[in-house]
Amino acid sequence: MILGYAGKFLEVNLSTKDIEETKLSDDVLREYVGGRSLATKILWDRLGNEWEKIDPLGPENMLLFLTGPLTGFFPGGRICVSGKSPQNNGVVGSTVGGEFGVELKCAGYDGIIVTGEAENPVYLFVKDSDAEIRDASHVWGKDAKQTVAVLTKECRELLKKRFPQKGEWKEPSMLYIGPAGENRVRTAAVAAKWTHAAGYGGYGAVMGSKKLKAMVVKGSGPLPEVADIKKVKALIRAVCENAYESELWRRWGTGVAGYEVGAKTSSEPVRNWQEEWHDEKSFGVDQFENRVWMKPYWGDFGCPTTCLKIAVVKTGKFRGAITDNPDYELQAYLGPNLGIFTPEENVFLTSLIDDLGLCGIQTGNLLGFAAELFQRGILTKDDLDGLELKWGDAEAFAALTRKIAFREGVGDLLAEGTYRAALNIGKMKKVDALQYAVQCKGISIGAHGIRSGKDYPEIYSYACSVQGGDHTSTASLPLNSGGELIMIFHDSAVYCFFNIFELPRKLKFQFYKAVTGLELTQEEWCNTKALRILQLQRAMLLLGGPDLKWNPQIHDDNPPRFYEPLPSGPYKGKTVYRPRFGRDKRRYYEAVGWDEKGIPQSEILRKLGLEDVDKKLEKLRR
Amino acid sequence: MTTKKEPIWIARDLSKCSGCRRCEIACSLFHEKRIWPEASRIRVFMLVPGAEFPHVCAQCEDYPCVKACPVDALSISKKTGAVLVNAENCTACGKCIEACPGRIPHMHPTENHVLICDLCNGDPQCVKVCQEGLWNVLRVVPREKYAYKLYARKPEEIARDLTVKIYGEKGEEFL
Repeated sequence: MILGYAGKFLEVNLSTKDIEETKLSDDVLREYVGGRSLATKILWDRLGNEWEKIDPLGPENMLLFLTGPLTGFFPGGRICVSGKSPQNNGVVGSTVGGEFGVELKCAGYDGIIVTGEAENPVYLFVKDSDAEIRDASHVWGKDAKQTVAVLTKECRELLKKRFPQKGEWKEPSMLYIGPAGENRVRTAAVAAKWTHAAGYGGYGAVMGSKKLKAMVVKGSGPLPEVADIKKVKALIRAVCENAYESELWRRWGTGVAGYEVGAKTSSEPVRNWQEEWHDEKSFGVDQFENRVWMKPYWGDFGCPTTCLKIAVVKTGKFRGAITDNPDYELQAYLGPNLGIFTPEENVFLTSLIDDLGLCGIQTGNLLGFAAELFQRGILTKDDLDGLELKWGDAEAFAALTRKIAFREGVGDLLAEGTYRAALNIGKMKKVDALQYAVQCKGISIGAHGIRSGKDYPEIYSYACSVQGGDHTSTASLPLNSGGELIMIFHDSAVYCFFNIFELPRKLKFQFYKAVTGLELTQEEWCNTKALRILQLQRAMLLLGGPDLKWNPQIHDDNPPRFYEPLPSGPYKGKTVYRPRFGRDKRRYYEAVGWDEKGIPQSEILRKLGLEDVDKKLEKLRR
Repeated sequence: MTTKKEPIWIARDLSKCSGCRRCEIACSLFHEKRIWPEASRIRVFMLVPGAEFPHVCAQCEDYPCVKACPVDALSISKKTGAVLVNAENCTACGKCIEACPGRIPHMHPTENHVLICDLCNGDPQCVKVCQEGLWNVLRVVPREKYAYKLYARKPEEIARDLTVKIYGEKGEEFL
């Protein structure tokens, strides 16, 4: 058995109520590590043959909650959520911070695989080797904070009753969905700790389709044995010391960027990306820090950076709103993107997004899209059930957010996510609504624009990524120097990459070796293991279905907005030059082994041992 | 800052806890040679997100746990003032947990004895990492004759206080 792993997975079939333990061979774990890579492999093995027919919101889809070998050891605990995505019909590795992965490993499992769907709302309760499916009808419909309160209390009481000799039980760890997931909203997240979300991919809707409200885990064992505990301790120390040095991430987290990415790099969504610049000092990080941050440092298991902060609105109309920083993405998407420039309104909307169990990026993008359609008269007050969706009106946006989460009225149309909503509205109104949809292959673009050229993504980063608009998994060249292939490592070894900034790039592989005992170099990772996952994710994305398929020649592209010149700010006039995009895209295709149509070529697939994938892609090449 | 003067006390400022749990990691690595949150002598409770706090022996001035032990498994370190558990003698009867006003001792997950902070023989590992992180939630100070027992409180009680402190009256809803 490879060290660092618990050695088994919990497999739960919600249709038959069967709960089993599954083991995977050392060979599979060596090649596919964990998290995103392993999820992709499992999905391909089990659903690959029928992939195009699998409805992401049907009982045949699977949901995977996978840790990786570094989970719990590398400072900053996370878990990777995956399955067939109801946003892009491919595979998205979507990670969320918290203690869930650590508890799970301490309970003796490297992951949970959920299949089927329950008849009535349920939650899964795991205490070490005991797992049970329990009734969740009393929390169905409850928001995030209520769900966490009720299930924390209920499960602690169960633990006390069953193991009274222990003394006081610490709370178990939990992943849950809010009303949005229950209502299969495609921008619903799988959430943790009120404010943490696995948002990209839309797996909250998949949990909802399975009537799985939550998973609660208490593990009382140690983390698995490692190859070299002394080395692990030394590496934890190195990661922590480096992070403690970084004043920026510790003090502000990404909360500094709500002002800066607008004012300085000019790459922040403003009014649905009609602009990417603002200089609103009312949105400065000092305002957040001084007015709403009640706890200036908040972190997950082992984290030295604690980029999160607890924000509470104490006065005024939005008194009682609670969330984290918000982090940059939600500052941007539920702030300037909606014409909102005060911390209080931003915290209020973020808090609502948390409570309803929505992804703040995808939903903020959707709200901005709807507001632009209102601005242009494409969606009228009547279409919006009487709402006047004016830029800057936090309460109007809140009202629409609730409609989306509960699929009420126009909310039902929008609950399909920006891309699908644009298609439907386009048909309804006989306009090209896609020109206002700032997304890539079903996934809304993260809050980092490419037009100014001053932020980190390249002009092909979203268009060529296997996770579309995901701002963490962006394509870049040269292939093996960073970008998506390295992100696949973070998402597969499963830890928070916010703790590796400024560290030597080999440190993560030294960490991997200290835990597992296995040698791995960045070269080997990029040239074989990660590249294989990239091809597999690409193949499954292109196979797609059943409701939509992607044609790389059309869909490997930036949203139309990114070809409009920036209308304001220090980079006014800058845009993405189409011929250059075309050249860069071809360069990327070539580097990664895709043909001119964007389909992975036989040669690279066979080299990576993906003969079956090659066969399956034959029909797309024709 | 640590003190050279013994015996010592771990002074605590709970509302500053970031929830990083490095104290649990350091404690279990020191005592169990593993990362083992449930076997850590100091445990971070998060009954409400954002209101994390370390739950660890308050070193009461009258040591009710030691008095309650029916088998002489608990003693007081002359050097540090810590409660020491003799794992051989301990029968895991739980009387010390009942006697502790904060129900702070808890059973080892796999061994048949209770877990109580032993102050790492005067150099508490949890304090070290907390200081490294500049959180300053935990700090070693010389032991005086103050009412340390006030800090021996049940997790629910501490959580309620911190939750209301951070979230205001709305905090009451979350417990």
